[in-house]
Amino acid sequence: MILAAATSLTELLSFGDKGYGDELAWGVLNTIQISIFGYAFGLALGLLGAVGKLSGGKYLRYALDFYTTIGRAVPELVLILLLYYAGTDSFNALIGLFGHDPVQVNGMVAAIFVLGLVQGAYSTEVLRAAIQAVPIGQLEAARAYGMTPWKMFSRVTLPAMLPNAIPGLANLWLNITKDSALISVVGFTELALATRQAAGVSKQYFLLYVVAQIIYLTISNFSGFLFNRLEQRVRRGQPKLV
Amino acid sequence: MHWGWLVPHLPLLFHGLQITLLILVFSVVVGFILAVPIGLAQVTGGPVARTIAKAYCSYMRGTPLLTQLWLLYYGVGSLFPMIPGMRENFMWLIRLDAIYYVLFAFTLNFAGYEAEVMRGAFLSVPRGELEAARAIGMSSWKVLSRVWFPRAVLQVLPTLTGEVIGQLKSTPLAFTLPVMDLMGATSKIRQDTYIIYEPLLFLALVYMILTFIITRAFGYFENMIPKRK
Repeated sequence: MILAAATSLTELLSFGDKGYGDELAWGVLNTIQISIFGYAFGLALGLLGAVGKLSGGKYLRYALDFYTTIGRAVPELVLILLLYYAGTDSFNALIGLFGHDPVQVNGMVAAIFVLGLVQGAYSTEVLRAAIQAVPIGQLEAARAYGMTPWKMFSRVTLPAMLPNAIPGLANLWLNITKDSALISVVGFTELALATRQAAGVSKQYFLLYVVAQIIYLTISNFSGFLFNRLEQRVRRGQPKLV
Repeated sequence: MHWGWLVPHLPLLFHGLQITLLILVFSVVVGFILAVPIGLAQVTGGPVARTIAKAYCSYMRGTPLLTQLWLLYYGVGSLFPMIPGMRENFMWLIRLDAIYYVLFAFTLNFAGYEAEVMRGAFLSVPRGELEAARAIGMSSWKVLSRVWFPRAVLQVLPTLTGEVIGQLKSTPLAFTLPVMDLMGATSKIRQDTYIIYEPLLFLALVYMILTFIITRAFGYFENMIPKRK
């Protein structure tokens, strides 16, 4: 019985017409791609949002509060559906202004846009809190030395806030690798949907879903390990926590 | 903006709300009860119990709830008919109804996240208090029930608000199975009426209101706990 399961598993995961190895590999690649680019987009939004919240005017701060509140209070799945349709529709409306016919928006671009926009709300709050935790005296000292704002940011604020930010950012990365599975509901073939399709055709639901779970777990554990190394690096020179 | 669909579909949405709240309350309450022994096993358990508890938490926190749900419903569900006599069994009925799978998956998932929180809380109770309790002659059970557990739970309560809101935000995943929760009701409305945005906007509003209510309710209970000033 175990032997039979093992042979059917190798056959199931083989590349080519018979197996679903290539389909799943594509899915993994897509999952990793939308996660990485969505994360980077979210971080960029988060950095802008954090700076805006800390040093922007009243109305900018209201707008950013609205963004982070909605982004964190509404379920990711609902936001993904809303943004997916709103995003593709407004893109088509925009190019319609220039006399273009509506186009089918690339699934991957839409996925990255949507995941990044949701992620940005969380990143804003993580980065804002991390920047605020930098002792104000250090910034005043940097200004007293005559550093330009950019030099102050790159030499003082950034290295000082990273140890505060890394644990939160690591959590966000783990969240986006898992949230990327939600993209399957709008029909983009990442790992979850690839598994679902392969299982639907082969009827090997149990085996294939177990394989998918192992892949997700490997991604999580491996990136958890990397973030631990990163945290140790940005904490070098700091007194060890007990 | 078309809102004409709202009133005729209110009964459906109300039914969906009940299912959503059922999933939320059941998984939080039962999941929390399960989380206590799993968290405790990681702190004081033997090597076997510790390894199993750690692996459980790592799996639940390291894979998407969506695929956990699908593994259970499609994967494990597809194994049931292979058991001889299963089709004639009364348990077959349970296999048919997706809501049982949803409750099961959401509960196990919440237990995984919460067990990790409980582990930290158990560890953060000062050792001196446990030693003092033991020195007075309390049995290990009494140390747990009178000192260790109450102190750990008080630590956890403030984080519980966020965990419950996180769980509320996971509940719409149930709609990927044949379950009529709020999200399922909304997507049925969207399919029936061909209206794209308004039902989703309404849904977002409902979740925001629920989040607000949960924050307020937990804040009220947190204020009842005396704090050291």
